[in-house]
Amino acid sequence: MVKVTYISTDGTETDMDVAEGTSLMQAAVSSGLDGVIGECGGSAMCATCHVYVDASFLEKLPAIDDMEEEMLECTSSDRRPTSRLSCQIESNSDIDGIRVTFPETQV
Amino acid sequence: MPEPVVIIGAGQAGVQTAFSLRDMDYSGEITLLNGENFLPYQRPPLSKSYLKNSVTDSSLIFRNEQLYESKQIEIMQASTAIKINRQTKSVSLTTGEELPYGKLVIATGARNRILPFDGGELKNVFQLRGLEDAKRLRLELQKKPKIAVIGGGFIGLEFASIAKELGAQVTIVEAASRVMARAVCPTLSDYVQKVHLARGIEILLAQKIVAINSSSDFATDLQMHDGSKLPCELVLVSVGIIPNSELAEAAGLTVSNGIQVDATLHTSDPDIFAIGDCACFPSDFSGRNIRLESVQNAVDQAKTVAENICGTSTEYGSIPWFWSDQSDLKIQIAGLTSNADTTVVSGDPATGKFSVCCFTNNRFVGVESINHPADHMAARRLLAAGRKITVQDISHPGATLKSLAKS
Repeated sequence: MVKVTYISTDGTETDMDVAEGTSLMQAAVSSGLDGVIGECGGSAMCATCHVYVDASFLEKLPAIDDMEEEMLECTSSDRRPTSRLSCQIESNSDIDGIRVTFPETQV
Repeated sequence: MPEPVVIIGAGQAGVQTAFSLRDMDYSGEITLLNGENFLPYQRPPLSKSYLKNSVTDSSLIFRNEQLYESKQIEIMQASTAIKINRQTKSVSLTTGEELPYGKLVIATGARNRILPFDGGELKNVFQLRGLEDAKRLRLELQKKPKIAVIGGGFIGLEFASIAKELGAQVTIVEAASRVMARAVCPTLSDYVQKVHLARGIEILLAQKIVAINSSSDFATDLQMHDGSKLPCELVLVSVGIIPNSELAEAAGLTVSNGIQVDATLHTSDPDIFAIGDCACFPSDFSGRNIRLESVQNAVDQAKTVAENICGTSTEYGSIPWFWSDQSDLKIQIAGLTSNADTTVVSGDPATGKFSVCCFTNNRFVGVESINHPADHMAARRLLAAGRKITVQDISHPGATLKSLAKS
């Protein structure tokens, strides 16, 4: 299990143990965390699972591919240097303790 | 106390209805009837990444079991309705129980269409709809069989892509003159077909199969109407779906290409709604009654029904969008484009990344994109805003969907 902290826009923190191989989007949605929607189910097709990743973890994540890059240009809230789609972040031991913040809006 | 809500069907539409009701603070009882004995799950990956062993069963689940409990959504596993009793406002269940409702939501989805001849029961003839189907196919694909896919729609092409990737020999047999004919315009059909052909998938168009020949319970070859035979070790039948509208019809509700609903998604009974793949609704967008088979439609109709159960009178009017993953092709469609009479290509297909803007009677009806999600999102924004872009707008040198959406 990998520890992930989700931070909502009002600052509320939720710690979750996420099974390796599960995406951070999937873990949040299946547990009912408001903040991401993930309408397309994790295909990087809808840009509704946008999160801001704690900068210290950015380099531990797989690089942004062309499709994610384009979708990040289409997010409802501002794209920042720390923006990622949480469906493209798979839980693994390298990112144990990762902190991600939900944006104001997803649609 | 608000009325109890019963939802028949725990696919994307049914589950979304239950959770949207709670999101809207609905405090009445909610019962969700799930015909399967597995927590409700996403189906789109079943014909895509799931077949490659890259997805676990648990990661397909929409919501954890604890979440149903904490939201007080009673989910009845492996049980479904066998009769709707409109006089007494109750549904009879397979378990023998009778469940009263104040409002009933029919989200029974659809089932796979079967072939008009024998063969479906053979041991190497498969369908792809539920998790069990996908599990069996995933195992079979490891044997790298010689595959015949009957039907060149989304499911058939997605399955063929993965099967080819995993080393199988694949032939697609399509009755129409092009692939995905029901969903996309000819320009896109042609492009996608060429990509699959270049990868070594064989595609037979305008071919009619008249029989599946077999030997000791196994299909051996497909018999074509021109007399030729296509040998195969595995057959996937993917020839479309049929809405599950029998319960509604038996209850006297209006049924015509699915369960007929009005703009607020009510059936002909004011206490009963129908949504998702099984519902035929008046589409403002297309100007006629249509039935859509997509995640977007299921989710957005569920939200509209939840609002209406909570007391508003909301009309459903979302912009349709859907997608398909076929090898490294990401196909995204915004709007309804298969009947377009004029198309304009935006971008260069040679780069493997472009969009086709579609018009019917000079009206902008949608965009089909290949590996170009930014265009897709721009198209959705344009359509949602009711922007009347023209062939000239998009043909203008330098014009992109993104620039048009921003102007």
